Amino acid sequence: MTTTAPDTGRRTRRGGVMSSTGLYVATSVAALLFLVPFYLLIRNALSTDPEITGENWKFFPTDIRWGNITEPFEDPTVDFGRSMGNSLVIGVLHTVGTLFVCSLAGYALARIPYRHADKVFYAVLVTLMVPAAVTFVPSFVLVSSLGWVDSYRGLVVPGLFSGFTCFLFRQYFLGFPKELEEAARVDGLGYWGAYWRVVVPNSLNFFAAIATITFINGWNAFLWPLVIGQDPSAWTVQVALSSYMTNQTVNYHLIFMATAISILPLLFVFLFLQRWLVQGIAQTGIKG
Amino acid sequence: MPTTTTRGVTSPAPAKAAEARPRRGLRGSRTFNFWLFSAPFLIGLAVFVYVPIGWSLYLSFFEARFTVTPSDFVGLGNYREILSDSGFTGSLGTFTVFAAFIVPTTWALSLGLALLVNRLRFMRAFYRSVFFLPTACSYVAASLIWKMSLFNGVRFGLANTVLGLFGVDNTAWLANPDPPWYWLVIITARLWLQSGFYMILFLAALQNIPQELYEAAAIDGAKRGWQTFRYITLPQLRATSTAVVLLLLVAAYQAFDEFFNLLAKTTWGRPPLVELYYTALGQDQNYGKGSAGAVVLTVLICVVTLFQGRIMGFGRGEESK
Repeated sequence: MTTTAPDTGRRTRRGGVMSSTGLYVATSVAALLFLVPFYLLIRNALSTDPEITGENWKFFPTDIRWGNITEPFEDPTVDFGRSMGNSLVIGVLHTVGTLFVCSLAGYALARIPYRHADKVFYAVLVTLMVPAAVTFVPSFVLVSSLGWVDSYRGLVVPGLFSGFTCFLFRQYFLGFPKELEEAARVDGLGYWGAYWRVVVPNSLNFFAAIATITFINGWNAFLWPLVIGQDPSAWTVQVALSSYMTNQTVNYHLIFMATAISILPLLFVFLFLQRWLVQGIAQTGIKG
Repeated sequence: MPTTTTRGVTSPAPAKAAEARPRRGLRGSRTFNFWLFSAPFLIGLAVFVYVPIGWSLYLSFFEARFTVTPSDFVGLGNYREILSDSGFTGSLGTFTVFAAFIVPTTWALSLGLALLVNRLRFMRAFYRSVFFLPTACSYVAASLIWKMSLFNGVRFGLANTVLGLFGVDNTAWLANPDPPWYWLVIITARLWLQSGFYMILFLAALQNIPQELYEAAAIDGAKRGWQTFRYITLPQLRATSTAVVLLLLVAAYQAFDEFFNLLAKTTWGRPPLVELYYTALGQDQNYGKGSAGAVVLTVLICVVTLFQGRIMGFGRGEESK
């Protein structure tokens, strides 16, 4: 869509009320304000506690304490390393699992003609009305009856069946070129074979966009891991961070370093996958 | 609707006939493949979405403390209890206040950022990334930065340091509900976290506005700036604006993370989900009352989303392509 808008048209609009300089000044001020929390995070993570809590504001630590990086991992009160590991495992399982079940179902709803498909689709649509967070009490009741509290199963499985992700895949597959599938059919592939050999390889952009958003949501999730991870060994990184805030003793540099480390994997995701992410959001309007 | 056209093309024969004689055995059967593809999802959906909702409906009519298989039927007792619980009704009030603040401010800020970024000629990707970057942070991480550094109640918090330059005394941002400064902390944290995301939605919408409209307006003598914004940009953004407002409302309804972390151990500023958390999973483990609360919240959100579906239709994914 962007490319169809003639560039000259956009240029005529420039230089209205706001001159180019004014525009850049305003944008830069806003950008600096948006960066302040990151600045605080990094400054505190690399300082000593007396510097952070000192009488006079220090813009930068007098000497940068790179040694702080290992401290969260050596802290005996909170097993930060383990919580990071848990989050990674859960994030990956959550993403792979969600993509697998939701894309298959989305494909069936979009492309496999079946008499009762519309009824099945309504059963999926109905669940869109109820955000998962609102039903965390009943979900907890179910998961605890299954004995899944404090386990990866309990943390991952209930979150895989997102009606919304399934719906997005259905919408996407409705627009998937039919010729490709027909060619696969001519080559003697059934639905299953055509799906894995033709449809998925030609939809990697869309899968990447949904995967990025799903991973970010899984990594940043808090309510469900808080409810299910009752034993510290099952904490995700978000629950561990949250526990720092209510601890009796506060080690400022340590908890800021831990926060910085917890954000790091997502910054990588952002830097390398931003194109897909932005595309995915613009296309689907879902939250990252 | 594309649904019908797609199906019409792939299956010219009536669906019944196709089902009656599968062309290539099981592998080619449409019915079999439909269920093969959708069964994992549908079974999961039934077990982890439908069963919990049904179960909580059941639990909500029983006295259920510390147990999920109760026997003491209390009828509407739990509902009476939760609806007369000042904590629960107060949490709906908290949500209302929260939504009244966060929806318009996020809408305005994200639209403003999108308008700025959309006009940039150089370094557009850079600025877009800067505004989008906070989306990578979790609500927990942001709460920690806000509570421990930005709005720390003692003198070394950044806000208090800056205000100190103007001779203002330290403010206990979170520890004191009167005056309710905690709203400032909550609102700014969420603004920072989510504005970049909605900015992307607005940017996509801005780029879809036909340039001819602006050209025609220029020929008609419309002044650039406010006039074109008011009479072209804003009306063209109506669909996106509506979607953004409703998404923001639903997101605000589910607010939990920042309230839970910023206002830990306080009795004020509890939105519905935080209140429900303490009711069902706190000291009491009152699943009956908690389930009744969940049912009430579910019904309320259904009303909102039905309204949302009416306005937007379900084809949100298609329109932007």
